[in-house]
Amino acid sequence: MSIDQSTAAKVAKLARIKVEDDALPALASEFNTILGFIEQLNEVDVEGVEPMVSVTPMRLKRREDVVTDGNMQDKILSNAPDAREGFFAVPKVVE
Amino acid sequence: MSDLNKLGLAEARDALRKGETTSVELTEACLKAIDAADALNAFVHKTPEIALERAKAADERIKAGDAPAMCGLPIGIKDLFCTKGVPSQAASRILEGFKPEYESTVSQQLADAGAVMLGKLNMDEFAMGSSNETSVYGNAVSPWRRGNDDAQLTPGGSSGGSAAAVAADLCLAATGTDTGGSIRQPAAFTGITGIKPTYGRCSRWGIVAFASSLDQAGPMTKNVRDAAIMLEAMCGHDPKDSTSADIPVPNFEAMLTGDIKGKKIGIPKEYRMDGMPAEIEKLWADGAEMLRDAGAEIVDISLPHTKYALPAYYVIAPAEASSNLARYDGVRYGRRAQLAQGDGITEMYEKTRAEGFGHEVQRRVMVGTYVLSAGFYDAYYNRARKVRTLIKKDFEDVFAAGVDAILTPATPSAAFGLGEMTEADPVQMYLNDVFTVTVNLAGLPGISVPAGLDKQGLPLGLQLIGRPWEEGDLLNTAYALEAAAGFVAKPGKWW
Repeated sequence: MSIDQSTAAKVAKLARIKVEDDALPALASEFNTILGFIEQLNEVDVEGVEPMVSVTPMRLKRREDVVTDGNMQDKILSNAPDAREGFFAVPKVVE
Repeated sequence: MSDLNKLGLAEARDALRKGETTSVELTEACLKAIDAADALNAFVHKTPEIALERAKAADERIKAGDAPAMCGLPIGIKDLFCTKGVPSQAASRILEGFKPEYESTVSQQLADAGAVMLGKLNMDEFAMGSSNETSVYGNAVSPWRRGNDDAQLTPGGSSGGSAAAVAADLCLAATGTDTGGSIRQPAAFTGITGIKPTYGRCSRWGIVAFASSLDQAGPMTKNVRDAAIMLEAMCGHDPKDSTSADIPVPNFEAMLTGDIKGKKIGIPKEYRMDGMPAEIEKLWADGAEMLRDAGAEIVDISLPHTKYALPAYYVIAPAEASSNLARYDGVRYGRRAQLAQGDGITEMYEKTRAEGFGHEVQRRVMVGTYVLSAGFYDAYYNRARKVRTLIKKDFEDVFAAGVDAILTPATPSAAFGLGEMTEADPVQMYLNDVFTVTVNLAGLPGISVPAGLDKQGLPLGLQLIGRPWEEGDLLNTAYALEAAAGFVAKPGKWW
């Protein structure tokens, strides 16, 4: 599997990271180095092997389905780059 | 007492309880050492006011006869831990200005145990790196040098600031986190002790997430006894982390008898890598001999899937990182890019993440995005998770055959120079974690113990890998190895 520039551009878009066009060849080449390394996994016989879900065999804890937290609007907004009138503010989403 | 910052946790604790010194004196000694060590760039956010306030409170508690395990002991906290009201940036530009409204469970438990926070420690950005060269704060620098050569060396990574600070006696101990070797590799590079406990021992709540199925916190200390003391304070069940284990935490320090008679120690043949430096090979053989002399039985073992651990890791860790780091969107916290006229929300995300994440983080997020994308999920991500199952089974088979612990080198080389790997491709840097990453994939406890110096005078470490949840036994084996190795070297002060 070899990654070309258009695939690199697509991945960057999916990851929501702006990559300038002139940086795409180097990025594609780095991906190919890493993926080439990962290709070794194809040597392993994984027939009938379950993919690991949890490294420690234990049941996830459950708790009562009740509200345990909340009422801290100020704290939640305190680190926002742009917060107005009790909301997070973002650029216009809908035209 | 002089040079109080040079004490370890146990020594300082005992001195405090005997009234030979005070937490304020200890803390002031560390703060002075920190201020004189800016050249190491280990402490990136200093918190002297918090430190002195906690030290005074600790002295009151000690006077009142109510001194918990870490009472009055000054430590550093890796920048990955959220600390209330104190910058917690994971060494990333994207978290510039972020001051959490809450405290991570582990740092809270340490504070409850009386520990004094001196400040936040440098690291690789989002813990992605093996040399502390991906930090927005700049490189952390090792206090060690190659003889009289003044070239700056890496303290390792990602917990490079923690390692440099402990090795240079800027604090008595520090927290680290370990996703693929980020406690054990820097510990080995700087001649200190570092343990990654079993996955689930320490709560991950409030620790900035990198790869959630691999991340674990642990202590970085001056010796094995200190690691036992600090690990116990860090461990325990936390309802806020659904993967944290609800099982009792033993008194690890009480388990340090040094008696390892009859213990079976495995030597995995797959860890004998082509091109391994002769010094590392000798250190490993010497380590096995020391454990044998202490009464352990040394057996050859096989962990057949070892060579696939790094490739599996470089699918699983980026995949989880790509998901975890999706939260950095410039909306809720941290930095937002300047937008141009007419930019919409997608441009905001893309520009924010392009200028907020460093190169290595961007690369891993994109690799993760790729291996999770439609059409490749099975070929990469599911295959890697299957290989992970096989890697864990390798260890289970060995433990089922009666092996108590496994001895390996901690790293494939001694510390390298800062900048020396710049021209190498990313995979070369990833090879640093070749001996440590298997342990994260299998969720096991692993400890790095300093065991010798190479011919340039740089520290080398040995790693012991234990059975799940048996950190106490692992620490005891490490304690015996430490006693036999007798490593006492310290870096000469140049900073």
